[in-house]
Parts: sequence; structure tokens; C-alpha cells
Amino acid sequence: MTSEGVAYERRGAAPVIAPVRPRKLAKVPFVELAEGRLQGVVSSGSDPARVYVSSITAGEHGLSCNTNNNRPCGGLSGAHPCNHLRALVDAAVAQYGADRVARYLRVEPPEDETDIWPALHPVAAPGRTPEVFSSFLRHLAYLELPPTTDPLPELQWFPAAGAVR
Amino acid sequence: MLADALRAHPAGLDEAFGLVDGLDDALVHGLARLDDDRAAALDALVAAFSATPLAERVTEAIGKIISGTVTDEHLAVLAGCRVALLGAAHDALLTGLDTARGRTREPFPVAAASIDAGHLSAGSRSWLRELAIAGWRGVDHELAAGGSPAVQALLAEPSRRRLAVLLDGFAAELRAAAPVATLPRVPVRRWADLWARALILAQDGRPADPADPVDGRFLILGADLHEHPTVFRCQVHGLLETAGRVRLVRTSVAAAKVDTISGAAAWRMLSAFPILLAGLAEHRSLDVAGMALTAGGDLIWDETRAAAGEPADPFASARVLLAGAVAASTAPLDRHPAVLAEPVLLEGYTATTDAFDLGGVTVGLDVDRLPAAGPLTPELVAASTACIGLLRFDGGWAVQPIALQATVRKKPVVVHTGDWALGPTEAKAAKAEAAAGTAVDVLRERAGRLLRK
Repeated sequence: MTSEGVAYERRGAAPVIAPVRPRKLAKVPFVELAEGRLQGVVSSGSDPARVYVSSITAGEHGLSCNTNNNRPCGGLSGAHPCNHLRALVDAAVAQYGADRVARYLRVEPPEDETDIWPALHPVAAPGRTPEVFSSFLRHLAYLELPPTTDPLPELQWFPAAGAVR
Repeated sequence: MLADALRAHPAGLDEAFGLVDGLDDALVHGLARLDDDRAAALDALVAAFSATPLAERVTEAIGKIISGTVTDEHLAVLAGCRVALLGAAHDALLTGLDTARGRTREPFPVAAASIDAGHLSAGSRSWLRELAIAGWRGVDHELAAGGSPAVQALLAEPSRRRLAVLLDGFAAELRAAAPVATLPRVPVRRWADLWARALILAQDGRPADPADPVDGRFLILGADLHEHPTVFRCQVHGLLETAGRVRLVRTSVAAAKVDTISGAAAWRMLSAFPILLAGLAEHRSLDVAGMALTAGGDLIWDETRAAAGEPADPFASARVLLAGAVAASTAPLDRHPAVLAEPVLLEGYTATTDAFDLGGVTVGLDVDRLPAAGPLTPELVAASTACIGLLRFDGGWAVQPIALQATVRKKPVVVHTGDWALGPTEAKAAKAEAAAGTAVDVLRERAGRLLRK
């Protein structure tokens, strides 16, 4: 009884999340597809203590960009994206691949098209800066958790990501 | 012979999986929307459990669920049905392997102590209940994110790490898949497994896994790596030589991480375990003194109770000692075909990139379990002449290689999954690791700046 031909639906180790691709983090330390938004944090080009919180809603493509102190980004005017939002989308495509980002934002760019922007119909949207920023802080807090030697039997369902060789 | 066990089909296995599938299918569209077929599949459980100690509770819980009342207690009974069915499947499969290989296995002792799940579990149970009622197809962004407060609370409490790690990995999949209504295919078995395991871990009064201190020499067979967006874990399978006996054991070290830390760079997160990592990278035995060994066969790794030993070749250890080693039994509530990971030494087979012909049976290779954080590749597997692997069962048997002896360009090569524990030994991978490693530094710098303000 060997494992060939077992349906995806009946496999315990059925893969769900494609492994994220490695990317440089200095400019965009955090990006996620969550709560119906592509959202993340973009480092300021001029001030190392400042970051911008940028997001695009799925479906409506509502754009928002503010500093972590909730001041509006000067580069974003209504539906015209600022450089932070462009960097955010570039980072998301690098990390998740253009297909997954497009599916999440609910757009269908032409095949072989890796630029998401032509397929978007952006509008201005209210920011969710505090929520996204606390999501980033939660993300960083994982790096502060102590390691564990608990046997964690459930990790048998989570094999380490294979190489894209 | 091993081939006989891999070919065998234990009696009742299909029926057990059939009942599990019926239960799992009910979770696809949710317990609030049971159509006649799905209600009939749940009713089949009532009949199947009628002659068991669970009969009364199963009859009541399923009757109530079908009539539209879904409480935590009813859901715990559903999860319990899965434990019983999948536990029986686990036992049948493992007994077949043990018989074929002449493996002695110690029975699991009757547990005296129990674990209190504590107040933190209530939040997890309520999210798991909402999921069961809505069904996977009803998971939208909001419901997928609904488990987050429970996970954050559990992560802050070290004793609840097991449930926290499971729920965090499960929630990440639901978030990535939401809205599930538009997902082409739903991983039905997988999500039901994760849901049911979490529900069991969130119950009060679970039996504890007893442990005793041991002294001896730990001979590494190989490493198995596990990962989801916020965890990286190295589980080492090995042989523990104590006075007069050899036991088959595992030990585990895990660290929290984020999704952008992956591949070989993830080893950096385990830097708190230099002795174990050096044992893997340098192929050394490790001396342990007074380290806790659980009844389930897990050595609770403690660097202060370990010391580097002599060089030891995992293939030599496997050839000499693996066949006669005494194994432990899985804790009763943990039994499930997916937790089977039985170390085997395979030689004299014909290899391709996706299967081993063992002579009499062809067993598939679990190539999805060749991690980027180690040097094993499908090409090396195909070129191999000997393999230390883990036998796994996911609808059928497959081998996950964790060490290989191969011939590449007429030269003998030996690779182990843990070879890169202290950093990749291959130039190209080392360069990629160095680049990815800066991600860890960038995030630590950001954490330092923003978290401590």
C-alpha cells in the first residue's frame, strides 16, 4: 500500500501555503496578505527611526499610506500610488509571486504580466495604520520568543519547505 | 520482511478511513449546514461506536449536532471519534511494520497525572467551534483571523507552546486560503486533522507524558526538519545507548521565526543549541547525563546535560544497532498515521527520483520532505546506494530520506539532512544563506528599534 495517487483532499500533508521566496528586507521589512488587504511596512528613505504603513484593500484596491505616527504620506494623492506603495507591491510579488498577490487582490492580469499595477483600479481609502503596525510588532515579537524543546508532535504535519532548485 | 509490511493492507483500515472521511466532509460546509448525505455520514459513526465505551456520548453528541445544537462538549466527542479511529489505524500500520522488522516496542504506561488546560484554552475552543459551525468553505478573512488573540495569549505562556504552535500554523493556512469559498480544492483531511488535534489539546484533564532521567550515549541517525511561517524545528532521530540496552529515541529543538526567514538561514534561529547542532554538522555522538526521556520516546534536549562525544557515522550506527533497538509507544492521544516516522536503513534498492524498488515492492519517495535547509536533493536520492529514511504513511507508505550514500561522477558522496546545522557546506548554498541571513539581522534591528520604545 504505497502512497501514489492519493487525492489532495485525503492527504494529511497536503501543501497549502507555497513557501515564501527569499527577498531583501531592508526597504520593506514586513509584508502580509491579511484581513483582506495587502499590507506592510516600508522603511523611510531619509529617517531610520521612521517607517511608513502602506496597504491596498482586496477587491476595491483602496490605497492608504501613513507614517507609524499616523501622519499621511506626502507622496500619495488619492488614487495615485506613492513610492512606498510601489515598493510594497514589489516586495509582495518577490515574496509570494505575482499569481498569489493577484488572486488575493482579486485581479486577473494578462498572462506573463508580472506588473500588478496596470490591473488595479485604485481609489483612496482610509488607513488602518494602527492595526497594520501592531501586526508588524507582533511579527517582530516572534524573534523574541524563547526556543522550546517540547516534542511538538503536530509539527509532523508541517514539513520544512523544500528547495526551489 | 519490510516489503511484506509495505504491501500489506491491514483489515478494517479502509472502513476506519471511510468513517473519518465522512466526519471530515461534514466540516467542509460546516455543522450548521448538514445536508442529508453528510448527516448520514455522521450517523454512521453512531453505528460504528455502538459497541465501544464511547457509544452513549457519540450517540448523544451526533444526535444533537444533526438537530442543530453544537456545543464544545459535542465537538470534543467528534474529535474523540477521530482519535479512536485514526489511533486504531496507526496501531494496525505500526504493528505490521514492527512484526515485519522484529521490532520490540515498550507499552505506554498508564498515566497517573493529568494536565490542566487552563483558562487560556477557552479562547481557542470558541474559535474552533466557530470554524466547525461555518465549515472550511465559510472561512472568510474575518473568521480566519479570529484565532489570533487566542494564539497570542498562548504564545506568551511557555507551557502552552504546543497548542500555540499548532494553532498558529493552522490559522496561517486559513488566512492564506481565505476566502475559502473561492479556493479550487480544500485540504479536507489536513484541516480536519489540525482542527481535531487542536481541540484535543485545548481540553482539560489530558494525561501527562511521564518522563525519567537517563544517562548514556546518543548516536544520531539523522535530522528531520519542520517549519511553518512562525516556527522552525529540528527533530533528531537517534539511538540511545544506556547501560545494557539500546533505545530508539528522538529529540526536538524548535524556535519561533517569521515567514521571511526560511531555508538554510533558519538554522540561525537554533543557535541556543550549539552542542546538538555541532553533533549534527560534525557527525558526533553526544553524551547525555540526567536528561529526561519521556515514555513516548522523546529525549527532552537540555544543553546543560549534554557533551560532544566521539565522531560517529550514522550509517555505521544504523547498520550495527538500529535493528535491535527497543522503541517506545506513542502517547495514546497522539496516535495518528501522520505521526509515524519510523527510521529505516535501506540498501540494495533501485532508485529513481520518485521511488525505491526494494525488490518485491516499490515504495514512493516523500520528496516534499527534502528541505531547502539541507543538502539532500531528488538527484542525490536517484544516485544513492544506501539510505537512512523515515517511513511515513499518508494514504499509503512513502520513504523520506534523511541521509544518503551516493555515487556522483564516480565518486562516493555521503549527505545528511543535518549537515548544514552550522551553516551550508556547499558554496552556492552558503552564499544564499549569507544573503538570507541578513534578513534575520535586519528584522532584529527593527525589533530593537520599535519594540522597546
